[in-house]
Amino acid sequence: MPVMSYADAAKLAVAEAMRDDPTVWCVGEDLGRGGVFKQYTGLVEEFGPQRISDAPISEAAIMGAAFGAAMAGTRPIVEMRFADFALCATDELVNQIAKARFMFGGQSRAPMVIRKPMGMWRSSAAQHSQSLESWYTHIPGLVVCCPATPQDNYSMMKAAIACDDPVVYLEHKNIWAHEGEVDPTKAVDFGKAALRRSGRDVTLVSWSQTANLCVEAADVLARQGIGAEVIDLRSLWPWDKAEVFDSVRKTGRLLVAHEAVSVAGFGAEVVATVAQNIPMKTLPKRLGSPRGLIAYAPNLEDQMRVTAPMIARAAQEMMENEPA
Amino acid sequence: MNLTNFDQDAGLRRLHMMERIRAFEETARRAAIDEELVLGAIHLSIGQEAVATGIIENLRRDDYILSTHRGHGHTLAKGADADAMMKELLGREGGCCGGKGGSMHIADFGVRMLGANGVVGANITIAAGAAHGIKLLGGDQIVVCFFGDGASNRGPFLEGVNWAGVFNLPILFVCEDNQYSASTLTSDMTSGNIADRARALGLRTTEADGNDVTSLAATAAEITARIRETGTPEFLMAKTYRISGHTYFDPATYRPEGEAERMQATTCPIARLRETLAEAGVSTDELDGLAQDARAEMDRALDAARDAPWPANETAFADVQDIGSPLKEAF
Ligand SMILES: Cc1ncc(C[n+]2csc(CCOP(=O)(O)OP(=O)(O)O)c2C)c(N)n1
Ligand SMILES: [Mg+2]
Repeated sequence: MPVMSYADAAKLAVAEAMRDDPTVWCVGEDLGRGGVFKQYTGLVEEFGPQRISDAPISEAAIMGAAFGAAMAGTRPIVEMRFADFALCATDELVNQIAKARFMFGGQSRAPMVIRKPMGMWRSSAAQHSQSLESWYTHIPGLVVCCPATPQDNYSMMKAAIACDDPVVYLEHKNIWAHEGEVDPTKAVDFGKAALRRSGRDVTLVSWSQTANLCVEAADVLARQGIGAEVIDLRSLWPWDKAEVFDSVRKTGRLLVAHEAVSVAGFGAEVVATVAQNIPMKTLPKRLGSPRGLIAYAPNLEDQMRVTAPMIARAAQEMMENEPA
Repeated sequence: MNLTNFDQDAGLRRLHMMERIRAFEETARRAAIDEELVLGAIHLSIGQEAVATGIIENLRRDDYILSTHRGHGHTLAKGADADAMMKELLGREGGCCGGKGGSMHIADFGVRMLGANGVVGANITIAAGAAHGIKLLGGDQIVVCFFGDGASNRGPFLEGVNWAGVFNLPILFVCEDNQYSASTLTSDMTSGNIADRARALGLRTTEADGNDVTSLAATAAEITARIRETGTPEFLMAKTYRISGHTYFDPATYRPEGEAERMQATTCPIARLRETLAEAGVSTDELDGLAQDARAEMDRALDAARDAPWPANETAFADVQDIGSPLKEAF
């Protein structure tokens, strides 16, 4: 099986989809030179500058024009460069793209993939580091996904391009270079979580880079005799409630971890939904960033960071604080 | 009016279309005020009918238009069915958007009217994108994007017009300058002038009397033919005047006393065309007949809409999304 990086896995998916369907095209700033994270390198040579299109620094127009082109019969992949800059195109995404099909009574579709590189990466400070996935889960009309592995970045990109709904596709900037095996025959359905580790004592639910940290934490916990089950949701809307419910029924303990601010983060949704449905042995827990801002200096940046040791410690505490 | 080259048949067709737009909106206003059948805000284009009529008559059925919150005229002129539009304004089953959009989201993709828009200026980038899509797919259609003078102060104006220029797209931007942005005189809030902005962005720009349907149609014929041939975007500034208030319930007291009446008397596009047709020898009866015909059509549309049922409750959950649809998981 080929081994490739998280960035190259998505690129492979994009290239395959573009070979299969001449209406698929990509648009964003600097794409002709491979994009800022090199996730488009080589594509312009194969597909030409019309289908790997540069764009002016006009996020609203990139999003809005791609939407217009989608209504005219193409399938755009929109590159927002940084999730933070996608906020300049919020009206286009939230008021236009997400709502058009409904408002127009089903006359239109917006088959678009909206790529928004997210998350903390190398002292990028407050305007280049955010994890805003929960915002988009709040918007009916959007599919939201956050792949954590090269395999998922391949398979979910394929699914996103094939999807007739607009998909907010959040790739984590810190794992572009992560390598892993990619089986190009493997398909992923939105709303289907990945069981990354099995265990009977505590359920760890996460997504994006933090899911990988949960796997690290589970390996530490295993050495201490604690069986942590790691569920990588992969897509947040829809999300795999059945898988999480089944796991929590088994373990009786739920810890949700994510990089985004804990307050009103998607962890709150997961914990509330499980708590309404599944009796647990201990109080559920969420672990996210404090409601503070991400700084430039590494030690300050770290104050907002959720780490594998923090996840392991939180799980241990849940085991220790068990009511008699 | 110089009648040398006046095309009387075209004049009669244009008058009929403008009367239909006027009658549609007056009927809707009546349905709102007298019967409270139209529930949300509607924005009337009374006085501006020539812009929709004169420009859209030059389009093919497979050309696209995008409109604004003031979109009834554009939609009718593109060929949408008045019955379905009236039902939409009343929020009924059979409305062109199934009662989900209302006046501000009116759309008819069957005639490639890709939507009115509740967000001022938002249609500009989307329209540029529709033209981008045409170009990518190798089509020979064109796009016309209507927006108001006030919309030119929003960012998407710069981004969308620049986009069309950069990618050299087959689109006509039409700024329908009715002088007002809601209760504000647009010139009070606008630095420089709007046509100059388009010129500065490199677009061939034409300024026209938007209330003279005959000359506007001729100007638009030239421009749209050129865009179809060259695939290059252009800009048209159509000067007009909104005789009605901003919404149907707006008394428009912010306007100088007598302004609307004076403008109605001197610039109303329907009155002006009637005058020309009369000079050309069309009888008052025939002219009145067109207005009566339009009013009768819209009365029937209102009757049909009044009798139409509300949309089924379940449709509130339909057509949101396929994946994670609220029909399957709303929570
Ligand atoms: C982004 C946004 N801001 C404000 C409004 C409220 N609003 C609706 S119509 C309008 C005036 C628009 O003026 P113009 O573009 O000239 O169009 P007109 O109403 O004259 O046809 C305003 C301010 C809105 N719908 N969208
Ligand atoms: Mg105006």
